[in-house]
Amino acid sequence: MSPSSPPVSARATSGLDLPPAGAPEPPGHPDGVHATARIRAAHNGRVTTLPQLHSDGPFHVRRMRTSGNTAMVGIIGAMSAPLGGDRLTLDITAEDRAELEVTTAAATLALRGPTTEAATYDVRLTVGEHARLRWLPQPLISAAGSNLRQTYTVELAATARLMLREEQLLGRADEEPGHLVSRILVHRAGRPLLDQHTAYGAPEPGWNGPAVLNGHRAVGQLLLVGPRLDIRRDPVLLGTGTKDGCAVLAPLADGPALLATAIAPNASTLRELLDKAHAHALNR
Amino acid sequence: MSRAALLLLADGRFPAGGHAHSGGVEAAVAHGAVHDTDSLEAFCRGRLHTTGLTTAALAAAAAGGHDPLLLDDAADARTPAPALRAAARRLGRQMLRAARAAFPSAELERLAAARPQGAHQPIVLGLAARAAGLAPVDAAHAVAYENIGGPATAAVRLLSLDPLDASRLLARLGPETDAVAAAASGAAARAMAEGIDVLPSASSPLLDIAAEQHAAWSVRLFAS
Repeated sequence: MSPSSPPVSARATSGLDLPPAGAPEPPGHPDGVHATARIRAAHNGRVTTLPQLHSDGPFHVRRMRTSGNTAMVGIIGAMSAPLGGDRLTLDITAEDRAELEVTTAAATLALRGPTTEAATYDVRLTVGEHARLRWLPQPLISAAGSNLRQTYTVELAATARLMLREEQLLGRADEEPGHLVSRILVHRAGRPLLDQHTAYGAPEPGWNGPAVLNGHRAVGQLLLVGPRLDIRRDPVLLGTGTKDGCAVLAPLADGPALLATAIAPNASTLRELLDKAHAHALNR
Repeated sequence: MSRAALLLLADGRFPAGGHAHSGGVEAAVAHGAVHDTDSLEAFCRGRLHTTGLTTAALAAAAAGGHDPLLLDDAADARTPAPALRAAARRLGRQMLRAARAAFPSAELERLAAARPQGAHQPIVLGLAARAAGLAPVDAAHAVAYENIGGPATAAVRLLSLDPLDASRLLARLGPETDAVAAAASGAAARAMAEGIDVLPSASSPLLDIAAEQHAAWSVRLFAS
């Protein structure tokens, strides 16, 4: 090894750092916030109702106006989170035939906090038969010095419909990003539909190089699942080359599902790409 | 175990079709992202720690006796880009033909019958390693190395790089390749007890996007 090459650290395999599903929760930092907010939507035979809206810690959960048969819920940040050592969970369920849309009022800003220890932010989405869930949060920002492990665990019934948008901004303006490790695991009718793990920011090896982000600082996905989606299509390419941002919309293997993946130099280009991908997905 | 069997499986001359694929480096060269030895090394490092780790663990799990059809589904869930799924299955079909000749086994025959269009290549390699009496970590090594060896060789041809520089960078990535193979086989061992979801799913957005862009080219030197 030449002296200039980076050392092989334990971090080199941080892809395996996430605890396996069902493992006991690590205790977290004594100063960290431990919070679990819950949103549950049900269908009473006529309309979607919200039998559970439980705010906790930084998550202030609010019912918003209903749109058609869709119950709308907004999550408002009640304190700065996630900070290092926090253990945060959002548990969102749309029971059979319920239609639910959940948004966040502002971007989620991961900051360093009192410790360099990782914060965890677990989002669990469960969608029942003939139910629909739209999870459209504002971006997640990985600020310098922050350390966050985010997991999405999504369980879909065979006839469930899902729209999930996830945007990550690596660093605020002109700063290096923190360390952001994310995993999304989606099961549909008990079978794996999508399993992806990403890791950005020091000390991850190669994260900013030409095989992963190539200098881009905004990355996002739009996942659409539903029995009525038109998935018999060629992939849609958005953007030319890779420098100014680009995206692809394509069907997953064990559909009916379409996934758009986008990278961009900034948040606004990222959102444009994902919005365009969404329009293509709906054949608009 | 036969160490010679591992060398054969990892040999670029083993007729498994790998030479026709660039591992995404052809697209990266076209975009100017890979243009010299340093940027090639950065590309290989990123690939090794993302798709390299994921595919090495799939191979190790297959070599360790995990159900290859469940692993094939897990590989699909970890490969959202259709062009990369197609490439993995095409390579798997070619490797299966070579592996059935070199290391005949009932498990390889069953996989060929169950997946006539080809299974994901790392799973075929893992089963071939198993048939040859190799350990899961051996299969992980072969796949982790192929994940950087393929792009490095392709880049030498695409950029007329000095092959000595390419060999030097592969040697420099040796310790990281070993670490990835060890992590992959460790995860595969845990998957036997804890289920398939503990297998790594490390991924890269740019490899997925660029693979679809590349597949849409009308003229290209490499199949992927």
